[in-house]
Amino acid sequence: MERRIYLDNASTTYVSNEVLTEMLPCFNTLYGNAGALHSLGRDAVAIIDRARDRIKTAINAKKANEIYFTSGGTEADNWAILGVAHANVNKGKHIITSQIEHHAVLHACQQLEKEGFEVTYLPVDENGLVKLPELLHAIKKDTTLISIMSVNNEVGTIQNIKAIAKIAHDYGILFHTDAVQAIGNVKIDVQDMEIDLLSMSAHKLHGPKGVGALYVKNGVRIDPITYGGESQERGKRSGTENVPSIAGFGKAVEIANRNYIINNKKLKSVRDYFLEKLSEKLEHFQVNGHPHQKTNAILNVSFYGIEGESIMMLLDLAGICVSTASACTSKSLLPSHVLKAMGVPDEIAQSSVRFSFGTNISKSDVDYVVEQLQKVVAKLRAISPVQAGRF
Amino acid sequence: MYSKTVIERFQNPRNAGAMKGANGIGEVGNAACGDIMKMYLKIDDNGVIESAKFKTFGCCAAIASTDMACDLIKGKTIDEALKVTNKDVLDLLGELPPHKIHCSILAEESIHAAVQDYYKKREKELKKAQKAAAEAEAE
Repeated sequence: MERRIYLDNASTTYVSNEVLTEMLPCFNTLYGNAGALHSLGRDAVAIIDRARDRIKTAINAKKANEIYFTSGGTEADNWAILGVAHANVNKGKHIITSQIEHHAVLHACQQLEKEGFEVTYLPVDENGLVKLPELLHAIKKDTTLISIMSVNNEVGTIQNIKAIAKIAHDYGILFHTDAVQAIGNVKIDVQDMEIDLLSMSAHKLHGPKGVGALYVKNGVRIDPITYGGESQERGKRSGTENVPSIAGFGKAVEIANRNYIINNKKLKSVRDYFLEKLSEKLEHFQVNGHPHQKTNAILNVSFYGIEGESIMMLLDLAGICVSTASACTSKSLLPSHVLKAMGVPDEIAQSSVRFSFGTNISKSDVDYVVEQLQKVVAKLRAISPVQAGRF
Repeated sequence: MYSKTVIERFQNPRNAGAMKGANGIGEVGNAACGDIMKMYLKIDDNGVIESAKFKTFGCCAAIASTDMACDLIKGKTIDEALKVTNKDVLDLLGELPPHKIHCSILAEESIHAAVQDYYKKREKELKKAQKAAAEAEAE
């Protein structure tokens, strides 16, 4: 069989066998609706409660009832932004976020702007870190929410979440973080970090697609964005609970938490080996993101003089799956908003490729990838009018 | 996504690389939109395009489009080449995703830019020749 190496784990991951095993009975044996009062319904409730408890433990929430299941990270982000803004409108109509957030946050904020809210999009430094003085400067009397992602999905930079949350609370402002890329990769403790709301997604950590959760600290005011099932998720999130996926999500989080240290060690060794090989075999490239305050799972590299999508396509033809946030893959023609906010020049931003590692990647896989990269980069540079050496 | 032709052209472009002795070179596009195309033409004294080559910084569609554009204008007169449109490029490529149509437009523009450069160079040459002739006459 043709070799296939998957280096797009920040995009999604395979469902692990342990997770799948947890899910399967929920499809045809324990298929009850959690809203039903009979035994099958109660079984479903028990499955959901167990998942909720596992997630509570992983993020160290005070109570399991602070975890609300959603259809994924996007819904969790949308709900946190819109729900908190709407519920706290009597206190003010100003929200603070950053320029490098996921579009699930940015576009929800744009929706609020259409509704008459004011949103401040904080700049970041060249490493992708939110500048804390800028944050302090942006805070106003009517600021109700600060939303800053824990880990950036394109470059892997880890924000100073605890410090940002502390600032928010000093001013009586609620703090939300999109932790979709963080769970499993970075230690999250919502109590210690003083997080009020936190978004999660299952499929980034070997769970199924289509399920996520929003942690909402008890006492935080949030309006629902779904209506019609007021008994579900304590009236906050309507819709029949996706029991199999929730079960899988809970298991996936439990496993990620259990294997946190060993996984990170593996990822770091793969990432470091990759970078070492890259430096040995290729020239004229740069790594985007923070030099050390970043996850081990993501490596964003710009290969000077050539465009990201063409690199991705040629790698794909060699059986290697990576992704690019550059213009050509998205439907907009603009370079990545993240790299742009970090001050990366357009030509270099367009040359970026994101490698996101999994624990199943071996050194021989890395050798193969770098070998193919060498060929691909040389081929594209030979037909590019942009000199790689001039950057 | 991409048609088989687009992928094939991208993977094995027929006309990629710089050209020695090109007498018309045009560059279009910019880094912000992610595509820079450079077209090299060798045009003979009768105004026929002897050969066409390209260098492109850009996505799969951009590389395939410029490669196809080169094929479309080789052996044609300048006038004929200028009539080649992005639609002709698209027809040969099969299809491009909607947000990649601009790549075919850039390919068309790169032909125009290269021809323009050819005319500019010719004008310079002519002026030079005229000047030389005038000087020769004055002597």
